[in-house]
Amino acid sequence: MAASDAPLPENGPTRQAFWNRPWVAPLLVFVLVLASWELLVMIFQPPTFLLPSPSLIWQSLAGQFLALMGYGFNTFMEALGGFVIGCGLGLLTAMLVARSKWLSDLLLPFAIASNSVPIVAMAPIAIVWFGIGPWSKVAIVAVMCFFPTMVSTVRGLTSASPDAIALMNSYAASNWQIFTKLRVPSALPFVFNALKICTAVSMIGAIVAEFFGGAVNYLGIYIKTQASILKTPDAWAAIVVACFYGLAFYFAIVLLERWLMPWHRHREQH
Amino acid sequence: MPTAPIIAIDKVSRIYGNANATTVALKDVSLTIEKGELISLVGPSGCGKSTLLRLIADLDTPSQGKITVNGHAPEQARKQREYGFVFQAPTLYDWRTVERNARLPLEVMGRPAGEWQARLDKMLAMVGLRDFHQHYPWQLSGGMQQRASIARALSFDPAILLMDEPFGALDEFTRERMNMELLDIWETTHKTILFVTHSIAEAVFLSSRIVVMTPRPGRIAATVNVDLPYPRNFDTREDPRFFELVTQVRETLKEEFVGHV
Ligand SMILES: Nc1ncnc2c1ncn2[C@@H]1O[C@H](COP(=O)(O)OP(=O)(O)O)[C@@H](O)[C@H]1O
Ligand SMILES: [Mg+2]
Repeated sequence: MAASDAPLPENGPTRQAFWNRPWVAPLLVFVLVLASWELLVMIFQPPTFLLPSPSLIWQSLAGQFLALMGYGFNTFMEALGGFVIGCGLGLLTAMLVARSKWLSDLLLPFAIASNSVPIVAMAPIAIVWFGIGPWSKVAIVAVMCFFPTMVSTVRGLTSASPDAIALMNSYAASNWQIFTKLRVPSALPFVFNALKICTAVSMIGAIVAEFFGGAVNYLGIYIKTQASILKTPDAWAAIVVACFYGLAFYFAIVLLERWLMPWHRHREQH
Repeated sequence: MPTAPIIAIDKVSRIYGNANATTVALKDVSLTIEKGELISLVGPSGCGKSTLLRLIADLDTPSQGKITVNGHAPEQARKQREYGFVFQAPTLYDWRTVERNARLPLEVMGRPAGEWQARLDKMLAMVGLRDFHQHYPWQLSGGMQQRASIARALSFDPAILLMDEPFGALDEFTRERMNMELLDIWETTHKTILFVTHSIAEAVFLSSRIVVMTPRPGRIAATVNVDLPYPRNFDTREDPRFFELVTQVRETLKEEFVGHV
C-alpha cells in the first residue's frame, strides 16, 4: 500500500504524557492566579470590602454552602427555562426561515443586529410585563438566547455545499430527505456552537435581570444585597457558585454534543 | 441489430448569465454514447466538461437542444436512478461512516437494506475498503475517500457512471492505481462510464473513445477512437501506440488553440 493511501492514524486511547493533557495547562494557570491573588492580598492588605483574599471567599462559601447552592439552583432554573424557550423557538424559527432564501435575506440582518441590542437592559420592562417573579427573568434569558441560536441555525441549515446537495438531487431525493439526511446533520455543529454560547448567556442574563428586583433566594439579588452592605466576600462566594452552575451547564451541553455528534469527537484535535 | 445509444446529445447549448454578461459554456454539442462504452471528455478547464455532465445528470438544464438518457428525458432518467455521479471532491458526509455513506443512495431510494447489503459489502471490498466500513471520512486518505464515493455511486447498481475529474486531486501514483481499479470495475460490471479529465494520458489509458473539447465557446473539437486492446495494464503506458494517441489528442487541442489566436 502506497504511503499516500494509508489511513491516517487514529486518535485511539493512546496514553498521552501528563503534561500534554489538554486540561493541565488551564488548571495550572488557574492555581497560579489564585496563589498570586492570595499573595498580593497578603502583602498589600487592601480593605476586605475592596478585594477579599481567595481564602476568605472560600470561608464565606463553606459557611453557607447549601444556602448558596440553593440560590444558585433557583437562578439556574430561570436560566434553564429561558434557555429552553429561547433556543427552542430559535431552532423552530430557523427551520422556517431557512426554507426560503428570500425570508432569510430579509430577517437575518435584524437578527444579527440584535446582537448589539443590550437585551438585559430591558429587564425593568420585563418586570412590568411578567411581574417581579422568575418569569420576567425567564423572558429576558429567552430573548437573549433566541437570536444567536436562530442566526447560527439558519447558517448551519444553509451550509451544505452545492455538491453535497447535487449528490442528493442525483438520487432524486425528496426535500424532506435532503432536510433530514443533509441539512440537519450539517447544521448540528453550528447549533451546538450557539447552544454552548447560550449556556453562558443564560446564566449572565438571569443574574443581571435579578439585579433589577426579585426574591432574596436568588443569586443576583444576593450578590446585589451583600455588595451593597459591603459584605463582598459573600458576593464573591455567590459569584463562585454562579460559575459552578455556568460551567456545569456548559459541560452538560458538551456531553450532549458528543453523544449526538460522535463523528466530531476526535476531529477538533486532528 | 443496431441498438439505441444509451446517451444521445443533440445540438445542446448551455448559456449562463443574464442580458449583460453571458458565458457560452456549451455550443451545439452533439454526441452519442453506446451502452458499455468507457468514454472520456478531455479538454482544458472551462471548456464545459462539467456542464455537459451536469446536463446529462439533470442537475442543470440545456438552453437549447435535447438530451436522451436510456431512452428518457434526463429528468425521468434521474428519477429512475439510472446513473451514479462521482464528483471531483469525494463529497462524503462527515457524519456518516464509510459504510453508511455508501448506503446513502439505498436509504434515499428506499431499497431494502437486507437485499442490498451484500452488494454494498461487495462494492466496498471491490474498491479496497473492506476493513474500513466503520471509519469516518476524516480518517481516510484522499484516495480512499474517492474510492468510498465510487462505491457509493455503484451501490445501487445504476446503468451509467458519470465521473467528473474523480482523480484530479490525487497524486500520480494513487491516480494510476485508481485508473487500474476503474478499468477492473468497468470490465466486471459492464457499466457505461462517462469520465471527465483534463489529463490526456489518463483519457487514453482508460477510454475506448475520447471526446476532445475546447473552450470559448465549449464545443467538441474531435473524437478519437482508442484502439489499444483491453485489458490494459502498466505496459499499456509504454506501448508506442499509446504515445501516438496521446500526441494525436494533444495535436487536436493545439490546432484548436492556434486556429483561435
Ligand atoms: N453556474 C454557472 N454560472 C455561470 N457560469 C458558469 C457556471 N458553471 C460554469 N460556468 C462557466 O461555464 C464554462 C464551462 O464551465 P465548466 O463546465 O465547469 O468547465 P470545465 O468543467 O470543463 O472546467 C466556464 O467558463 C464557467 O465559468
Ligand atoms: Mg469541471
